[in-house]
Amino acid sequence: MSSSDAHVVIIGAGHAGGSAAALLRQYGFTGPIDLVGEEPIPPYQRPPLSKAWLKGEADADSLALKPLEFYAENNIAFRPNLTAVKLTRGDKTVTLSDGSTLTYDILILATGARAIKLPVPGADLKGLLELRTAADAEALKATLGPGKRLAIVGGGYIGLEAAASARALGAEAVVLEREPRLLARVACETLSTFFQSRHEAHGVKFELGASVVGFEGQDGHVTGVKLADGRVIACDAALIGVGAAPNDEIAKDAGLDCARGIVVDLEARTSDPAIFAIGDVAHRPMPIYDRMFRMESVPNALEQAKQAASAITGRPAPAGEVPWQWSDQYDLKLQIAGYAFDVDEILLRGDPATGKFAIFHLKGDLVQSVEAINSPPEFMMGRQLIGARRPVNKAKLADTSVSMKEVAA
Amino acid sequence: MAKITYIEHDGTEHVLDVKAGLSVMEGAVKNNVPGIDADCGGACACATCHVYVDEAWQAKTGEKSAMEESMLDFAENVEPNSRLSCQIKVSDALDGLVVRLPESQH
Repeated sequence: MSSSDAHVVIIGAGHAGGSAAALLRQYGFTGPIDLVGEEPIPPYQRPPLSKAWLKGEADADSLALKPLEFYAENNIAFRPNLTAVKLTRGDKTVTLSDGSTLTYDILILATGARAIKLPVPGADLKGLLELRTAADAEALKATLGPGKRLAIVGGGYIGLEAAASARALGAEAVVLEREPRLLARVACETLSTFFQSRHEAHGVKFELGASVVGFEGQDGHVTGVKLADGRVIACDAALIGVGAAPNDEIAKDAGLDCARGIVVDLEARTSDPAIFAIGDVAHRPMPIYDRMFRMESVPNALEQAKQAASAITGRPAPAGEVPWQWSDQYDLKLQIAGYAFDVDEILLRGDPATGKFAIFHLKGDLVQSVEAINSPPEFMMGRQLIGARRPVNKAKLADTSVSMKEVAA
Repeated sequence: MAKITYIEHDGTEHVLDVKAGLSVMEGAVKNNVPGIDADCGGACACATCHVYVDEAWQAKTGEKSAMEESMLDFAENVEPNSRLSCQIKVSDALDGLVVRLPESQH
């Protein structure tokens, strides 16, 4: 059997799964494709859910990766409202949540991650929300409006984007963060301080070092968030954004190698050569940092979809990438390239007071990552410098009178 | 609605009817035209929807914002008629638009 008549089953219809299906067709794959998704709608972009969509600046059609008819026209069987409950590698079958089974020649696991729930009393009250799906975003939007009070548990990017959108819709927003600063896991102190002051200027309130010990409610609906110091923060709804965990259970149960997610190689192939894993669920190698880790980002989902589709169709693997991500809050465009592994120096370029600056994270004289606020040149050249693994002149890098092109020359 | 011709780097043409209000990038991506990656989905954050606008159409596609100009400045193989296609809104006035795609988006 050549790979062109193989039957590809994709479990998970998020950005990774949807892109893999479309790329297989772009790359000339002609065999049948099943695309199994937990949600009722075909693959869509999640990033705008906390930004443009929440503020009413984007509609459902504009979020869809492809129009619904694309799937039928391209002989992709899109199967909504279904999850995979069991993987039987010996038979090459996947059992779905409706009891049916699909037989695959090649399986792509794109099952994503799920929001972590807080194990505290009151966590089952109505009005406690998370933000991963379009349905979650609908529920959140319904709680926002002038005079409404949104409590946000977790001062990460999702929480901050939701806070910005809540303020744009006239709602009050208070962010409750366990750590002494915002973005503690993902950004340096300069950036934490900068974002906090910008959000405060837009009326967002913060409780830092605040441990949530429970939720209070009335008639089954949340009315407040209880903190360890005994205070209760009153709210009409609470958004929980404290991280995500990979949906790797069926892979683990089937004996695939797993670490912090399903372990894959540079082709996105798991320890079973007939099975790929892509997107948020994959624990993948990143050669520029000489290590493996799991990423939750659209660029990563797309990159791994390319890796898997290339391997399946016999194309050369895509060139190694520099991971990146972005966030929009108010008039701030944050672009991040790379990850701050093994960093021994943090270098500031520009002045945060101007709202336009970049933070470079260095290991010796190599750039490991850059966080750029309203600074596309620093992001674009920073990304190239990270990929090139070439020493950088730190004096020039810190000097805004030297252009980024000169810095990288 | 506007008829837009997307020409891949290898010369393959895709002639598509694109709804007014969508961006030129969305017209390509929603129809699975190869060669426009659009990693960020139109947030002007990644420069992977780079196109060359046919000279006859340059004026009609409007001015570049400072952000687009700045992103394009660091993309590869940039020409005077380079644009980020997520920043060009489709309208009836663009009926007949021709854009060419670069060899790669990185």
